[in-house]
Amino acid sequence: MIRHALLRLLTAVPTLLVLVTLTFFLMRLAPGGPFDRERSLPPEIEAALAAEYHLDEPLPQQYLRYLGGLVRGDLGPSFQYEGFRVSELIAKGLPVSLALGALAMALALCIGVAMGIIAALRHRHFSDYGLMSAALLGVSIPSYVVAPILVLVFAVTLRWLPAGGWVPGRFSDLVLPVVALALPQISAIARLMRGALLEVLQQPYLRTARAKGLSPAIVILRHALKPALLPLVSYLGPATAGILTGSVVVEQVFDLPGIGRYFVQGALNRDYTLVLGVVAVYGTLIVLFNFVVDLAYGLLDPRIRTP
Amino acid sequence: MHRALLYVALALLAVPASAADLAPPAQQVLHHGNGAEPNSLDPHRAEGVSTSNIVRDLYEGLTGISPQGAVVPAAAEGWTISADGRRYSFTLRSGLRWSDGSALVADDFVAGLQRSISPATGNTFAQMLNAITNADAVLKNQLPPSALGVTAPDARTLVIELAAPTPYLLGLLSHPSAFPVHRPSLAQWGRDFARPGRLVSNGAYTLRDWVVQSHVELARNPQYWNNARTVIERVFYHPSEDLNAELKRYAADEFDTTYEIPLVQAKALRARYGSELRIAPYLGSYYYGFNLSRPPFKDNPKLRTALAMAIDREVIVGKVMNGIALPAYSYVPQGIWNYTPQAPAWADWPREKKLAEARRLYEEAGYSAARPLTVELRYNTHDDHKRIALVMAAMWKQWLGVRTRLVNEEFKVFLQNRKLRQVTQVFRSAWISDYDDATSFLDLQTSTHGRNDSVYRNPAYDALLAEAAAAADVAARRALLEQAERMMLADQPVLPIYTYVSKHLVKPWVAGWVDNAYDYHYSKDLQVLAHARPGVAR
Repeated sequence: MIRHALLRLLTAVPTLLVLVTLTFFLMRLAPGGPFDRERSLPPEIEAALAAEYHLDEPLPQQYLRYLGGLVRGDLGPSFQYEGFRVSELIAKGLPVSLALGALAMALALCIGVAMGIIAALRHRHFSDYGLMSAALLGVSIPSYVVAPILVLVFAVTLRWLPAGGWVPGRFSDLVLPVVALALPQISAIARLMRGALLEVLQQPYLRTARAKGLSPAIVILRHALKPALLPLVSYLGPATAGILTGSVVVEQVFDLPGIGRYFVQGALNRDYTLVLGVVAVYGTLIVLFNFVVDLAYGLLDPRIRTP
Repeated sequence: MHRALLYVALALLAVPASAADLAPPAQQVLHHGNGAEPNSLDPHRAEGVSTSNIVRDLYEGLTGISPQGAVVPAAAEGWTISADGRRYSFTLRSGLRWSDGSALVADDFVAGLQRSISPATGNTFAQMLNAITNADAVLKNQLPPSALGVTAPDARTLVIELAAPTPYLLGLLSHPSAFPVHRPSLAQWGRDFARPGRLVSNGAYTLRDWVVQSHVELARNPQYWNNARTVIERVFYHPSEDLNAELKRYAADEFDTTYEIPLVQAKALRARYGSELRIAPYLGSYYYGFNLSRPPFKDNPKLRTALAMAIDREVIVGKVMNGIALPAYSYVPQGIWNYTPQAPAWADWPREKKLAEARRLYEEAGYSAARPLTVELRYNTHDDHKRIALVMAAMWKQWLGVRTRLVNEEFKVFLQNRKLRQVTQVFRSAWISDYDDATSFLDLQTSTHGRNDSVYRNPAYDALLAEAAAAADVAARRALLEQAERMMLADQPVLPIYTYVSKHLVKPWVAGWVDNAYDYHYSKDLQVLAHARPGVAR
């Protein structure tokens, strides 16, 4: 088990290296550079800017320079936000994105799992249809539609919550973004949970459990829920990574200083180092979450744990 | 003269609110929606309108711009200009201080201008100061920055020598490129000095905090020479790239002003916000260029004019832009100092006559319904550009039978293609002036200019601009520039569509905001009036 885990972690290194290498060269393939703008620059200024960021060196040398920095934990200087190192920008933005993503995931899990269980237990009852219709609606409406509506209702009209912005430590700033980000996930999780539980409930061993006189609560909580969680857990790995990357839109709409916005602005501005830095972080997170899912799988399903 | 009268009238309208109307100091806080995230608060690296807005609050040049848009004394209390217009002698105010309390002397301005022009600084506006003696040679690394024609005979006197009389120099000196730098900070931190805790400024505000993609916070500078007149205590600049999100934060009273408004909502906003919506002419031109180095536009002025005539600017401005622009036939926008924009004679013709002439020219150029022109219209990806391109293609199709292929490209890709001039035929372009002078626009069409994307080569045009640059007499200079624009427009290397307007929402409790062509609104000139705000959640 431990050996398996270590091996998985080791394979992450070449995966990330390939990711960074591809991103590095793909970024350079895109036409236009960080210093192209409406105004034309005198060649002397262009040369000075290129030299400042080592863009005058041959590409392989730039690549090695970048890798060298990466090993030392330095992601280079940002082209767009002058005077800031990429590491520093990510160190400031990542906690915001992580807080947003983690809270949204927690909210989605609590509500989604509960909805799924209720719908499965009340299979083909009114509450099942009601919940699943709501879930279908939630899956169909993307965050960028939900978010402005939430702002309009709760910030502009009712004035209960801020319409956007971020003051460190102020929880109210996160309420609407978390809800906007969680809504589609709640629906997805509820549908997944319902389906899995329904399937498990038809298994013979549950009939046995009921037959030997266990209370319905124990049957559900001890015997049905654990196996029913398996599909959900395999979904959670990519979903958690997705909720972190998918927060780009939500960060934009709510003016949150997370790393999702760096990514979009960085790509548009050809801020090579910033994009690379964000890709490296996202890549690491995705690898990490898939790894955690693998471990959780082993814990939940005895068939995987042995031998 | 008329302009002067106008300023007086505007000044009377904008009388500062009396102390009784003002909100208490604790509420003298402004939250601006400010477009893009600033790239740098180093005045010699600052780029873009949103960055300049902040830098102008932090620093002060020799001159400034009044709320009405006039050039006024700032760090300099006055100046004298030599008879030939090539030597400006400025007297600094007495007792000027940096925000750390140290004395601000003329040498700080000398150091600032030298740094600004030195190529090693990487100031993308360096060329703007080319009029200063030896600036060009310094920029080309042929002379050291110390050779620049700027000297400080004493602590309060600054002399700027010019290679050519530059009547717009005073306006130019209000630009961040001409701001001084605090030499000890520069020595200590190098180019990383422009950060909270390090940045020492000389304007009405100091830098308090900067959280990238969240806000820049400024606090009143007690060392500022005119601090007694400052009312606003703290200023927040929030990046607001998403126009709809910005609008919502304005509606929720979280922003006092917006950077822009979403065009498609202009009508609804006008109805809802009335006088809070501030629209004013702005020194910017939106136009299309023809690539004169390739067929079909090479050596084909008749075709270019035919296409220009067939475009109904009024429809574009009215229906596509929702009235948030001014139709343009001239290249230089309205409102430029000491200049009348020159439109071609046909600009005032009735629509029918224009179309008849357009068809005649189109046929003379060798095209007809049987043999229609096929052309590529290139623009960078953006909803507003797309809508205008579609309307242009439709107008050409309807009135001339032109077949237009629309090509949209991501901004940086577009910039590169436009610059290379290899694949473009008709391409979107725009120019926002960096200073209030017609040459800011006209220079672009000179043969050697880096942004002459049309490859327009007219020695007579170049000669007129060169003559104007050397002219000491302002009226003679103006006549030469106007003649040059007429000459250029007759060749139609460009197809002007509209003049930009500034478009902001400004809360009724923000006093002192006057629309001006620069679209400069220094926080030191604004005040917050006493008002009741319904439960703001901030």
